[in-house]
Amino acid sequence: MRTFLTSKRLIMPALAFAAIAAFSVDAMAQKTIKIGASAPKTGPLAGGSTVSFWPNVELWVKQINAAGGIKLKSGKAKIELIEYDDRTNPGEAIKNIQRLATQDKVDFILAPYGTGLNLATAPLFAKFNYPLITHTAITDKVEALTKRYPNIFFSLGTTTAFAGSVAKVLGKMKSAGTIGNKVAMVNVADAFGIELANAARPIFKKAGFEIVYDKSYPLGSPDLSPVIRGAKAAKPDAFVAWSYPPDTFGLTAQAKVQGLDVKAYYTAVATAFPVFAGKFGKSAEGILGAGGINPETTAMKNYRATHKKITGKTADYWASGMVYATFQILQQAIEAVGTTDRKAVTAHIKKSTFNTVMGPINFKNQNNEVFWTVGQWQSGKFYGVSSTGHPGEKSIKAKPKW
Amino acid sequence: MDIIIIGVLLGGAYALMAMGLQLQYGVARIMNLASGEVLVAGSFAAFWFFTGANYSPIYSIFFVAPVAFGLNWLIYKIFMRPLVKRAKSEGQLEVDSILSTFGQSFILVGLMLAIFGGKYFNYSYLERPFDILGQAYELNRIVAFLFSITLCIVLYVWLNRTRVGLTLRAVSVNPEAAGLVGIDVPNAAALAFALGGAVTAAGGALLSMFLTFDASVGVIFTMKALVIVIMGGVRDIRGTILVAFILGLLETGVATLIDPGLTLASAYLLFILTLIVRPEGIFGKRSK
Repeated sequence: MRTFLTSKRLIMPALAFAAIAAFSVDAMAQKTIKIGASAPKTGPLAGGSTVSFWPNVELWVKQINAAGGIKLKSGKAKIELIEYDDRTNPGEAIKNIQRLATQDKVDFILAPYGTGLNLATAPLFAKFNYPLITHTAITDKVEALTKRYPNIFFSLGTTTAFAGSVAKVLGKMKSAGTIGNKVAMVNVADAFGIELANAARPIFKKAGFEIVYDKSYPLGSPDLSPVIRGAKAAKPDAFVAWSYPPDTFGLTAQAKVQGLDVKAYYTAVATAFPVFAGKFGKSAEGILGAGGINPETTAMKNYRATHKKITGKTADYWASGMVYATFQILQQAIEAVGTTDRKAVTAHIKKSTFNTVMGPINFKNQNNEVFWTVGQWQSGKFYGVSSTGHPGEKSIKAKPKW
Repeated sequence: MDIIIIGVLLGGAYALMAMGLQLQYGVARIMNLASGEVLVAGSFAAFWFFTGANYSPIYSIFFVAPVAFGLNWLIYKIFMRPLVKRAKSEGQLEVDSILSTFGQSFILVGLMLAIFGGKYFNYSYLERPFDILGQAYELNRIVAFLFSITLCIVLYVWLNRTRVGLTLRAVSVNPEAAGLVGIDVPNAAALAFALGGAVTAAGGALLSMFLTFDASVGVIFTMKALVIVIMGGVRDIRGTILVAFILGLLETGVATLIDPGLTLASAYLLFILTLIVRPEGIFGKRSK
């Protein structure tokens, strides 16, 4: 009998609750918009995504919800965020997107982090008609991919443009008489590093440079001193490394200790991270790296300040801004359409220009053609010094001694 | 000469990664797949000491090692001991411990993520050139190497010249027989496991001076340590130390003389050759 009593006591409130819930689901249906996010929280790319991606998700959702939500025709809709860790594993990422689309039935999905995970999940985004506004995918296959997937957008740039811009920066320094024509080039033996090194070889040669040292090293090498020693022995005027985060730090530490004194020193990914300046301090001065932004625009200044205030973390000087910009594009497109009609939103993104923290962005054939390519640490900030058409490129300085 | 110095320095770093696992696998018979995570936890502790309290990472090991010893003792008593008790054969214990420690590695990664977040961590400590024979080497690597060598010698002497060490070696060679002659095998194994954890975590604190790390990087260290321990022969710490230095020299030699891209390949080639020619490892005894 006791069990009966207890259960009866439970049943009434439960029924009442169910009734309220059923009622409010209807009323709330238009008041929330479900957004899915899947990116690394663990695994090799987690170090990058927890700087450039996840804080922006937090920032964007908090800002929108504090303002009452995304403006739809039916009123403001707050964001309900559903986030998953893909463990930097393409298989896991695919499962996550599938789950977001079929189980969670989210209205939109933010693009995953990194080239590989975006390409791995692109077919699913296409299958479910989600716009895929990539923020951290760099590839030379933009044309083929945009033809295959009508819903994919590229914003951060292409491999060839990155290699070409480095050649351009070095070319400028050469004509100014700052450096000679000998380049030491190394790359991480990974899809990213190999693709960039392959793209760079002919471009450097065409620009009149001689590659005096050209080697790769495995991802996760614990000791890069042989690489720097070899490069130093080749007596280069410039050092270029198509590197990933752990080796960007490892190479630079070695170059500093061994006194690899070149006037142009370039490392790729993570040079724009706050932790880079944190580790190397004044030695970072004059170091060139992938990406860059114009930190002096009002929009960028506000963004960086708000980023720090809301998430407690410092935004990086490259991808962070672009990640946030793609979220702004999504928001503006949804608001312009006024509903969660994904095909209409995709169509709107294709034909419109968006006002973002990175400046105005529009997609020509689903590709943003104006992006930063090379940045340089100058008095504690990482300035874009080369781009494919951004205003406000900072002039390049010769790197002082370590 | 340059190759030898760099190689020996790298070998010292490898020894730091692998010695703890040797104690855990060789004596306590626990194939600890969470070894790398324990190492990273040591790195985090050193990072926290250095950036939070401006304490030298070297002093931090006097905190890291005892704490890691205590925690690993508990891990052994709570999680591993039941497996040891119910295991009918060494093979079964190996499988069970792999599964259990694999799970533990995820828990540790999750904890570190929750506490520190997933970004990259590094700091600059003793990142100065130090001249040996006219060539510059990173001072922090040299300091880590000196600690590594000291630890190698202390562990070796302790295992070979003291009664407790003798006990551990007896357990390592034959746990059943060790029990029969009155050795408290469960406690000896717990001691070895805890000590292994302490060595690994202290190694992590030292390595953090020159390696960039993040919460989920541990598996790389586990892999390296496993390769070294197995190549050296699981039952003998001399093998682990020797192989650590051989690997350091080999990788540096290949990187300097042939191509830096082939370091990993050369290491694994040596591993495969060892498995074919001497599957029991360099210092291992052939099982009948």
